[in-house]
Amino acid sequence: MTALWGSAVATFAQNLYSTNNGETSFFSETPVENITAVNKTGQAILNTANGDLVVQMNIKQFDFPNKLMQEHFNENYMESDKYPKAVFKGKLNETVDFSKNGTFDVSATGDFTVHGVTKKRTIKGKLTVNQGKIDLVTDFDVALTDHNIEVPKIVFVKIAQVIKVKNKYSLAPYVAKK
Amino acid sequence: MNRYLPLSLFFLTLASCAWAQDDLSKLLDQEAPKTKNYAAATFKGTRIINSHSVETVKAKHMDFLIQHRFGPLNDMDNFFGLDIATLRLGFEFGITDRLMLGIGRTNVQKAVDIFGKYRLLRQAADGSPVSVTVFGSAVNKTIDEGVSVSFQNRLTYCSQLLIARKFSDDFSLQISPTFLYRNRPEAVGDTRALFAVGVGGRYKLSKRISINADYYWTARDGNAFKDRFGSAVTYHNALALGVDIETGGHVFQMHFTNAMGMNEKQFIGETTSSWGDGAVRYGFNISRTFSFDRRARSMDKPN
Repeated sequence: MTALWGSAVATFAQNLYSTNNGETSFFSETPVENITAVNKTGQAILNTANGDLVVQMNIKQFDFPNKLMQEHFNENYMESDKYPKAVFKGKLNETVDFSKNGTFDVSATGDFTVHGVTKKRTIKGKLTVNQGKIDLVTDFDVALTDHNIEVPKIVFVKIAQVIKVKNKYSLAPYVAKK
Repeated sequence: MNRYLPLSLFFLTLASCAWAQDDLSKLLDQEAPKTKNYAAATFKGTRIINSHSVETVKAKHMDFLIQHRFGPLNDMDNFFGLDIATLRLGFEFGITDRLMLGIGRTNVQKAVDIFGKYRLLRQAADGSPVSVTVFGSAVNKTIDEGVSVSFQNRLTYCSQLLIARKFSDDFSLQISPTFLYRNRPEAVGDTRALFAVGVGGRYKLSKRISINADYYWTARDGNAFKDRFGSAVTYHNALALGVDIETGGHVFQMHFTNAMGMNEKQFIGETTSSWGDGAVRYGFNISRTFSFDRRARSMDKPN
């Protein structure tokens, strides 16, 4: 039974591509101040058999050049102890031939959860198949109000209402951790 | 065996169908690198009010600290003490995320202080229950006292063990065993070595506003001293109550305290006014943090 289960995972795993060091950065642009941070421990996994795609990251791993801002981001805006992760669980809308090298415009539709609030989103991006590796690149916007992220009135630091998010994930065939 | 085979096949089929996004998510969870979840921001700044907190300035950051204490509120001739202002300016640097060095000058006794602070232990959900920071400072009292005092005798040393726990998002508490060594105590009859224990805490009223308090108990009888001209000097323990407001790059701390000095030598060892006499002073600390992280510039544009 266990053996069968194991083989099920093994068969299944052949179609899986993943990474533990994807890069997600965001950018808040206002006339007064620009704020940016990067998370280099984003995780993604793609099932090439059915297009299932999951991307997730720990909010606390966003690295800011200004540590005080990082503290505010975690404590006041994202409430990272309460909502530690940002997650996208979705499916590619296009059928891609993963056996050939090439770059494809793709989109994925699914549940996008940030700050404990889940929104149905369709996110567009580029998918590149190259020598058995899959690169995913996508830029999209996140509106703070969509995720109940409150920016108090009395802040000296100006924060944009819509945050630009950029992602660069390079997926390799999935190998289970021993 | 045969009996179980159909069942197994059933589960196998079920398993391959049931692999869904949730399972993918679980796989990722298993792969996730383990990171320690340290308690962040036990206190908002490097000071509770008078006292140092366990917090340090982070690497590549500088904290510019402006501290003021006014005259006693019951000093009506000086408009509730506001005509008298004492000041400390501090430049405090993060060398690593755990080590900071600072230099400050206060107009009280024209004193220059240098200090170092190192985070020995950091409270973590799956680790130490407390944060422990060691603090050491030297204060040089440079004011001309009309008599010749050697450089050595102008110096005071302070060492502290700052032990704090963030009990909840809102509530943090610190206890601070302290040893002061004054080469030449201000008052006649005072000893060079002085032990003290501080307690301090904060309670957050909202995300950006907290109420803070700190108190230093000193191991001595404060009534037994005379100044160099023979008049009686009474020393009191320093108590401060205040509000912290943080606004992004700044932390504003507004408070009332009986201490005038803004370094350990002065507020722990030489506080002469008391809450009981109504000789409480208004004061504030303003901290402005600057980042020297080069990425701050290079990451300035979306590319």
